[in-house]
Amino acid sequence: MLYAILCYNDETITLSSTKAEDDMVMARLAAVTDKAAQSGKLGPVARLMPTTTATTLRKHGHGKRLDPGAEPPLITDGPFAETKEQLLGFYVIDCENLEEALQFTRDLGQADPGGAYEIRPIASFRPGMIAA
Amino acid sequence: MNDLGWIDLAVRSARPRVMGALMRYFRDLDLAEEAFQEACLAALKNWPAQSPPHDPAAWLIFVGRNAAIDNVRRQSKQSPLPPEDELPDRQDTEGDLAQRLDDAHYRDDILRLLFICCHPELPATQQIALALRIVSGLTVQEIAHAFLVSEVAMEQRITRAKARVGGAHLPFESPDEAERSKRLSGVAAVIYLMFNEGYSATGGEALIRAALCEEAIRLARLLLRLFPAEPELMGLCALLLLQHARAKARLDGSGAIVLLDDQDRALWDRGLINEGLAMLDKAVRHHAAGAYQIQAAIAALHARATRAQDTDWRQIELLYATLERIQPSPVVALNRAVALSKVKGPGAALELIEPLADKLDGYFYFFGVKGALLMQLGRNADARIAFDRAITLARTPAEAAHIRLQIEQLMRAPADPPAATKAGPA
Repeated sequence: MLYAILCYNDETITLSSTKAEDDMVMARLAAVTDKAAQSGKLGPVARLMPTTTATTLRKHGHGKRLDPGAEPPLITDGPFAETKEQLLGFYVIDCENLEEALQFTRDLGQADPGGAYEIRPIASFRPGMIAA
Repeated sequence: MNDLGWIDLAVRSARPRVMGALMRYFRDLDLAEEAFQEACLAALKNWPAQSPPHDPAAWLIFVGRNAAIDNVRRQSKQSPLPPEDELPDRQDTEGDLAQRLDDAHYRDDILRLLFICCHPELPATQQIALALRIVSGLTVQEIAHAFLVSEVAMEQRITRAKARVGGAHLPFESPDEAERSKRLSGVAAVIYLMFNEGYSATGGEALIRAALCEEAIRLARLLLRLFPAEPELMGLCALLLLQHARAKARLDGSGAIVLLDDQDRALWDRGLINEGLAMLDKAVRHHAAGAYQIQAAIAALHARATRAQDTDWRQIELLYATLERIQPSPVVALNRAVALSKVKGPGAALELIEPLADKLDGYFYFFGVKGALLMQLGRNADARIAFDRAITLARTPAEAAHIRLQIEQLMRAPADPPAATKAGPA
């Protein structure tokens, strides 16, 4: 079974850490992930940029099924902030800029109306490799 | 991280929100600061024994407010001193606070606190010092260090600033949209100045003063989190990140200035650059250009060039021309001239800056740039006059040393064809 592990913490605290504090945490985390990587069990690992870089695309329909493309989605600045919807999955895509990422997201929204997507740049990414 | 380290970090990051709320209750900087100190002492005493509170800021606001109210009572001897163990227990505190603290208030709390520190009646250096003391919680010693003045002098400066702010009309009424946007742009301007204070440092001071840049970035991010749809805040944030990304490459081992063209771009911080570029991307979607966004766009063009010769100077020149229209200033024109010299040559740039001579008569960069352009044109005698004037106007030994280096170059190649371009701020 593949598991996704999602990281949550208070950003005001993590962004207040000094570089040295941050490096220390990262080194401790690396010790954990390296072990999993050596046994071929570690998939992609990503560190996201702060939520100030996030953009949210809200699809219309709010859970109801609409005809694809019935209404244009609403794009707002900032992270996804609703608590009544749950995280269901994620994509990682390589884009030139935010506009290209938004276009891909709009296409996703056309295919599946309702809910929202948060578009957040990735600060660092390791593709990882999971043994077949 | 040990308990104390964690507590320090939690308190540091909660500070703007807690101080903002305490200011709303007490409407007095000294009272709010005292209340905050009390809350920190209580946190040091209570947090290690129990698990840390779920919302440290809410805990600190609650405890700080109660402690300050107790203090006032104690001083007026109207009620007996409450025993220490009556500090609210964690469950109650947080349950209570969920009701009591109106989260919608808190962004205006923080903005108000910043706006009070950035009171227009205060000189800029006092605004920055007060913001660092009150909002960021740097110690007087740390601030004195960053401003390269004695602790006593800084203490006086902050006391004077507080007194002046205390006597002024403070903005406690809830802001309407126009007032909010006025406050935002005032605060953004001070954050920008705070960054520049740190960024302009050279030599051994640079490392010390980098703290000002980091604090400015932290405040810019904080503001943007509170006001996520403001393109100029995104622009400011992007600008600071992109500039700060070059910090390691801006000075050589001896603390001398290394100009943009000569910097080792491998030393640029890619993480900060990528974040700055992502932020700028968000800003331009709003199609509401402003001075910070344009400056960020210029910094982005530099950041995107892998080598100095790949820089898109044509685009940079256009952006400076736009900036000059929005915010006419001889300094912007000077920067534009440097860009123009890369596109159309030193002659065109010299023509552009000649009319600025009166306005920039006391400005170091004007004569530095002028000298460099003249040198490129082979007008070495004129270049020497400009460089000599620049040296007398240099504000730091590093600036003077930089010009001396160019004079040496002049001497080595008398009246010969163009040497390498050495112009403009790093």
